[in-house]
Amino acid sequence: MIQAIAFYLFAAVVIVSGALTISSRNPVHSVMWLILAFFNAAGLMVLVGAEFIAMLLVIVYVGAVAVLFLFVVMMMDIDFAQLRTDVARYATIGLALGTALAVEVMIAAFAWSEGRIDLARRAAPIDPAMPNIAALGQLLYTRYLFLFEAAGFVLLVAMIGAIVLTHRERAGTRSQHVGRQVARRPQDATRNVKPTVGQGVEL
Amino acid sequence: MTEFFNTTVGLGYEWSWFLATIVGILVIALPLMLAVAMIIYADRKIWAAMAMRRGPNVVGPFGLLQSFADGLKVFLQETIIPTAANKGLFLLAPIITFTVALIVWAVVPFQAGVVLADINVGLLYILAASSLGVYGVILAGWASNSKYPFYSALRAAAQMVSYEVAIGFTLISVVLWAGTFNLSGIVLGQQNVMGIHLNGFGFNPLLFPMAVLFLISSLAETQRPPFDLTEAESELVAGYQTEYSSMSFALFWLGEYANVILMCVLNATLFWGGWLPPVDWAPLYAVPGILWLFAKMLLFFFVFGWIKATVPRYRYDQLMRLGWKVFLPLSLFWVFLVSGVLMWMRVGFGS
Repeated sequence: MIQAIAFYLFAAVVIVSGALTISSRNPVHSVMWLILAFFNAAGLMVLVGAEFIAMLLVIVYVGAVAVLFLFVVMMMDIDFAQLRTDVARYATIGLALGTALAVEVMIAAFAWSEGRIDLARRAAPIDPAMPNIAALGQLLYTRYLFLFEAAGFVLLVAMIGAIVLTHRERAGTRSQHVGRQVARRPQDATRNVKPTVGQGVEL
Repeated sequence: MTEFFNTTVGLGYEWSWFLATIVGILVIALPLMLAVAMIIYADRKIWAAMAMRRGPNVVGPFGLLQSFADGLKVFLQETIIPTAANKGLFLLAPIITFTVALIVWAVVPFQAGVVLADINVGLLYILAASSLGVYGVILAGWASNSKYPFYSALRAAAQMVSYEVAIGFTLISVVLWAGTFNLSGIVLGQQNVMGIHLNGFGFNPLLFPMAVLFLISSLAETQRPPFDLTEAESELVAGYQTEYSSMSFALFWLGEYANVILMCVLNATLFWGGWLPPVDWAPLYAVPGILWLFAKMLLFFFVFGWIKATVPRYRYDQLMRLGWKVFLPLSLFWVFLVSGVLMWMRVGFGS
C-alpha cells in the first residue's frame, strides 16, 4: 500500500517535473525541475531495491552535474526573443530525437510484455541476500575488472584531454607562489628607518 | 515502536511502520531544534570568552534563553521579499537549506541500534544529502537578484563542490578500513582499533591524518570560519542571506547550525568511535552510548568555536588551493596507501 503510494508519487513527480523542465520559460526553473526529476528517479531506484544506484544518482547528478548546469545557466544573459527563434531552428533535430526515443520506449514496452528477462540465467548470478553495493563491488573487481579499469582509463584520458585542450599558459602573468609567500619573513620585507625631520625617506 | 502500533493499537504493519517512523522523526527533529538553540548560545559564549567578553547574559539565567528570545524576535518580524526577486525560488531556498540539514540525521546512529534508518548505504546517503545543501545557498543568491548574494552563491557553489571531493576520498579510507558504508557498522568497526584498547579510527596512526583532514573539510563544508567566505561581512554584507529577513532568515540560521552539529557528530562517529567510550575498558560501557556521543560532539563543537575565535579568514584563492591542490591529492594518495596496507594486512604480499 505505502509502496504503491510512494511509487505513484515518485513516478508522477518525475513525469510532471520532466515536462516542466522542457516547458518552463526560465532556464533556472528548468534546471530546478530537472533536479526534482533526478531526485524522484532516485526514489524510484530505492523502491526497486537499487539503493546504491539511487545514492549515486543523487551524488553525481544532483550534487555535481546539476550544480554546474545551474552555475552556467545562472550566469547566462537570457534573451527570450533569441530563444524563440532558436526553437524553430532546432525543431527538426529535436523532433527526430524525440521520435527515436519514443520508438525505443515502445520497443522496450513490447519486449517487456513478451516476457521478462530471466534474471536467474545471468552469467554471474549474485546472492539475493547480499546488499547490492557489495554485489556490485564483487562483480566489478573480479569478473569485470579489466572492463572497469578500461572505463577508468577512458575517463582519465578524457580528463587529461580536457585539461590539455583548455589550459593556456599565458606569459607575463603575475601568479602567486605560495611557498615564497609563506617563506617571507618580516625582516626581509620591512626596514626600520629613522628619517630626520624634513628629509623624508628614500624608497 | 512499530510493534507497539501493530499489536497494542492494532493497525496494519505498514501503517504502524509509517506512524513509528513519523514518531521517530519527531523524536530526532524536535530535540535537534532545541539543541540548535542551545548550541548557538554556546557558540556565542565560547566566542565571547575567547575575546574576553561576557557574551549573552541578559535574557534568562546566564543568558540561557537568548536564542529563544532571538527566535521570537525573528518570528514576529515582517517577511520582506525584494520586488525584483524571483519570489518562488527566493522562498524555496531557506526551506531547502533547513530540510536538507534535517534529513541527514535519519542515518546517524545515536547508540547501538538507536538509528532511524539503518541503511547499508548510510555514508553515501550523507554525501548525497549534504551535496543537496548547496542548492539552498545558490538559489538564495540567485533569486535575491542582488549583486552581493550572487557573488556569495557562486563562491558557495565552488567551495562546497570542491570540498565534497576531498570529503568523499577521506571517507573512502574510513570505509575501506571498516568494510561497510553503514554508519553503525563503521562505529562498531572502531572498537579496540589496532588492538591497543582505544576506540576510534583516529587512534590509528594511518587514519589520523584523515581525521584532521575531515575536520578541516567539515569546517569548509559548513562554511564556518576560517572558510566563511560566503558570508564574509567585510566583502559581501551578509552573503547570500543579505536580502532575507524574519523566518526565512531564521531557517537559514537553524539549518546552518544543524549542519554544524551534524558535522561534529560525523567527526565523532567516523573517526573517534561514535557512541563507544574512548577507551575499550568494560566499566566505561556502563555509561549510555548516547552520552559518549554527545560528549564527543560537544568537544568538536568547542573546537569549531575555538577555530572561529582564533583563525583569520582565508582568502578565496587560498581556499581553492587548499581544497584542490592539497586535500585532493593527499586524500587520493591516502586511499591508495590505506588500501595497500589493508591488502598487506589481510591478504599478504605476493598472493
